[in-house]
Amino acid sequence: MTSQSKPLGLWPLVATVVLLAMPYVLSTYHLGLVVQMMIFALFAMSLDLLIGYTGMPSLGHTAYFGISAYTTALLALRLNLNAWLALPAGLVLAALTASLFGLLALRTRGSYFLMITLALSQVVWGIAFGWRSLTGGDDGLPDVPRPALGLHLPWSLADSTPFYYFTLLLVAVATFLLVGIVTSPFGYALRGIRESETRMLALGYNVWRYKLTAFVLAALFAGLAGSLYAYYNRFVSPDYLNVARSAEVLLMVILGGAGTLIGPAVGAVLIVFLENVISAYTERWLLALGVIYVVVSLFAPSGLIGLLRHIRSRRATP
Amino acid sequence: MNFWLIQTLNGISFGMLLFLLAAGLSLIFGLMKVLNLTHGSFYLLGGYVGLTILHLSGSFVLAVLVGSLAIAAIGVIMERFFLRRLHLQELPQALLTFGFLFIFSDLATVIWGTNPQTIPKPAIFSGALQFDGFFYPSYRLFIIVLGLIIAGALWWLQDGTRLGAMLRASVDDEEIARALGINVSLLFTLVFGFGAFLAALGGVMGGPIVGVYPGADFDVMLLGFVVVIIGGLGSFKGALIGGLAVGLLDNFGKVFFPELALFTIFAPMAVILALRPAGLFGRE
Repeated sequence: MTSQSKPLGLWPLVATVVLLAMPYVLSTYHLGLVVQMMIFALFAMSLDLLIGYTGMPSLGHTAYFGISAYTTALLALRLNLNAWLALPAGLVLAALTASLFGLLALRTRGSYFLMITLALSQVVWGIAFGWRSLTGGDDGLPDVPRPALGLHLPWSLADSTPFYYFTLLLVAVATFLLVGIVTSPFGYALRGIRESETRMLALGYNVWRYKLTAFVLAALFAGLAGSLYAYYNRFVSPDYLNVARSAEVLLMVILGGAGTLIGPAVGAVLIVFLENVISAYTERWLLALGVIYVVVSLFAPSGLIGLLRHIRSRRATP
Repeated sequence: MNFWLIQTLNGISFGMLLFLLAAGLSLIFGLMKVLNLTHGSFYLLGGYVGLTILHLSGSFVLAVLVGSLAIAAIGVIMERFFLRRLHLQELPQALLTFGFLFIFSDLATVIWGTNPQTIPKPAIFSGALQFDGFFYPSYRLFIIVLGLIIAGALWWLQDGTRLGAMLRASVDDEEIARALGINVSLLFTLVFGFGAFLAALGGVMGGPIVGVYPGADFDVMLLGFVVVIIGGLGSFKGALIGGLAVGLLDNFGKVFFPELALFTIFAPMAVILALRPAGLFGRE
């Protein structure tokens, strides 16, 4: 088990200072990279709620990322809604879709669950791709405005530094909520379900309801990541809903280490970093990414966190 | 009237290609519990290798044989040296097979470029057959007949041979099958290689009508999963019926609702999923 009670020491303070100082140190380009890292860290942590904590391997998690992104973008573009309305509306639609898809997918498990979630996310992709008059089809939705707050502030979220702090604030709040969820009795019930569903049933837990709740919660956090990404990119396209994105966030979770929140966040930071570095040097980024997938699956199926633990336990036993 | 007949035949011939794809996908899933995300790559690589062989030799038969056997070999290597090490670990398996999808996809663009290509039809099937009042391309009819022959052969293999009996036993209970002395690990390799063979066969056969293009691997993989979900896992009958259903839905969807092309496939899938989670012919 994870060492939950281990004191974290000064690390949270250091992390806070570093994150707050970023805009003073980094160029606009690199600040954007950090924004992407935070968004995908949130996305990966939301998937880990399913994979690492509840034992539900979803390969369609990007459906909720994309639905929320499209909803927020459309409301901001067509109805000129500010972020107070456009962002929550995205989350609500993502959660509604998740509760519907959950009803269909939760009857299955293992590889079959992977396939069903993948197929259901393709339904959403199909709508985004086909319904041109609403979604712009293949061309997507350009010129999504940066979030408007409707407040009389001295700075605008259209600028990179205020937008960085906006993202940081929301991702930080979401992370605290996620930590609260996984350390609550509810979170421990999810771990119980991961270990043995039948035992939890015997103990009187309504396993199905717990799983559906986890599924919807994960969709909410994925939705927040998606809407933030739409605001950041200022562009939404069916690419948001592509299988490749579901697989990539799965890779982030496994690479970092499922079953912890920090692991998937680290995985996300690494993949976003590698994507930028490698694709700057070669056109064969897909090939490199494919090799990363294969290497991770064969040599680090329990992730970097798993490797770290392995090394530590070796040191502990001389 | 002819319109309906022609569109139905178009749907069935595409459905036969999907059947070739889904038969392997379903068998691999049923026996090995692996969601093979590389399956679409087998189809695409089959098409490309077939195209190259056709350019070199000029023989369509040789293109079909070499294309599908070469990809079968890739499948065997993939199972023996990679997939084998991740037995029953569904997440690492998904990552591994997805990684190979990217690797093959990128290598294919390096070798064969990014332009869509078409495999020329074999000379004997380049024309059209005349029925009373309308013409229909004979190549598509050839695909339908060949698909039916392969379906029959698979049926016989599954229900009429010792190998098929061992296969069914291993699908039902791998451990008992091992205890009975069935070499399940050899079956895994055979089935994965055979699945790759069928997918690649579909790729070469489909080359003249669907074409070979970057992204075909993703497209057909997703359609293959829909076939398996509709038809049910682990049965050739499900793969055949599911393949034909998706082929027809795809074709008529494109004709009548071009805006919602893919939705006409996914909506029925969701309905079947809600009513029969194990698919039409799957076992609970």
